[in-house]
Amino acid sequence: MNTAVEICGVSFKNPVMDASGTFGSGQEYGAFVDLNRLGAVVTKGVANVPWQGNPTPRVCETPSGMMNAIGLQNPGVEVFLERDLPYLRQFDTNVIVNVCGHSLEEYLDVVDRLAGEKDISFLEINVSCPNVKEGGIAFGTDPGKLEDITRNIKAHAGQPIIVKLSPNVTSISDMARAAEAGGADAISLINTLTAMKIDIYKRRFALANRTGGLSGPAIRPVAVRMVYEASHAVNIPVIGMGGIANGEDAVEFLMAGASAVAVGMYNFHEPTAMLQVIEGIEEFMRKTGTEDVKELIGAV
Amino acid sequence: MRTENARIIDIRKLAENVFGILFEAAMAGEAGPGQFVMVRPHSDSRLLMRPISICDLDSERRLLRLVFRVAGKGTEEFSRARVGDHYSIMGPLGNGFPLEAAAGKSHIALMGGGIGAPPLLNLLRMLRRRADRGDISARISVYLGYRSMEDGLFLKDEFEPLANVVVSTDDGSAGVKGTALDGLSQAGTAPDLIYACGPLPMLSAIRKYASKEGIDAYISLEERMACGVGACLGCMVKTTKEDHHSHVKLSRICTEGPVFLSRDVEI
Repeated sequence: MNTAVEICGVSFKNPVMDASGTFGSGQEYGAFVDLNRLGAVVTKGVANVPWQGNPTPRVCETPSGMMNAIGLQNPGVEVFLERDLPYLRQFDTNVIVNVCGHSLEEYLDVVDRLAGEKDISFLEINVSCPNVKEGGIAFGTDPGKLEDITRNIKAHAGQPIIVKLSPNVTSISDMARAAEAGGADAISLINTLTAMKIDIYKRRFALANRTGGLSGPAIRPVAVRMVYEASHAVNIPVIGMGGIANGEDAVEFLMAGASAVAVGMYNFHEPTAMLQVIEGIEEFMRKTGTEDVKELIGAV
Repeated sequence: MRTENARIIDIRKLAENVFGILFEAAMAGEAGPGQFVMVRPHSDSRLLMRPISICDLDSERRLLRLVFRVAGKGTEEFSRARVGDHYSIMGPLGNGFPLEAAAGKSHIALMGGGIGAPPLLNLLRMLRRRADRGDISARISVYLGYRSMEDGLFLKDEFEPLANVVVSTDDGSAGVKGTALDGLSQAGTAPDLIYACGPLPMLSAIRKYASKEGIDAYISLEERMACGVGACLGCMVKTTKEDHHSHVKLSRICTEGPVFLSRDVEI
């Protein structure tokens, strides 16, 4: 049985990784997950300088899911290079660095700083965070801006780039095509859906930011539909995510057209969620006589 | 830190909406006062684990006691659990109350407000043990603030054999009228160390008091959190200095906390 997949010539021992922001830099979950078993570790968003993020409360629960408005708090690229990357280097897995910024210049600062790092397999460009006021999603909801920023980043990047798409758009196919036209090596989707929750007894928003990004199993059918549409709109690989909780959910995304999948909110529900997803994919393959996981990709 | 499927061997109602659950859990052997655990609801639609502070521990018999107030649907589910039920729990988590801070002190005040009282019980037990060994010589007093007599003075009976307890209630229906801090003022004593857990306004007042008196106060904070292990950055508190992990003036309550020296945080 072969669970390995290949994206842009990079081999993944299995198609499972974490969704950025739900797994810290990997170290936080080190007591629970042997990172050697993962197809890749995707870091929390890294900016050029430390970011404060949003006021609290930053998270709340919703039916079969959660909302967050962390606001991409992070210690900046220099701390990432000194502390987090050396930790991740110890493991036999791909390192994917999620890159965030308020402006093209800020994205390029990070991309330039990381360009010489051979132990980074991919950069994932976060143009879809709904929780920061400037930059971020402003680039990710306009096809023209998305194509431009992708082209600019690609020109500087030392690694292949994955553009992470927002679901908060009318046509995900148009956005996928814009990323491809700008030179993206791959795309990942979906980021969270912009949402709101009100505490009716306190007459207050549940999150200090008022709106937040919805994730978890509640959004899975939306994500599967968008992965299907995006993967049929472009010829570059797609990494699918949105509410994956087990191996069967992961197979659904593969069949929709994803070459690999990411587990997000479910890491919070069960720290070993990714290992269970990997085992679940293997079990599905055994049960259905599937020799190679690649047979599942785009199977519908 | 581990996850385990822990069996409930006792559950009881302690006051209106306040419940105590006793788990058989191996992690009890690794935990200390002021740490917390994440408990996962059984419900298929409530997917986040609930952070609950450890009320008491028996490390030899591997018993872990949690006392919580029903605050939402997750804790409501826990309140309906029965002896023999199992829950997946993760812990022990965070940095609890530092016992070594008690060395050389002459009067230690433990201050609990409402559902902030439970974590002080194991702390008191541990301080008593140190006092019995002669490691600390301080007088230890406990100040417990409740809403009202009617709401229930939960755990008071369990603190009393271990220390002098001063009760206060918001409505004056039992003990001193006011908060745990009012109880302390009325007692007319001046502690040289405070350990506290309770609602934010109370902790904020204790922070001011400690600053004015020039003493150390260790306060236990809470905030909405998703992961409990420092990954999601949901549960941040503002700090007076740059945090070593975040590199901004924010610390993770789940990891650097939940107990902080009051002068280190902005609340």
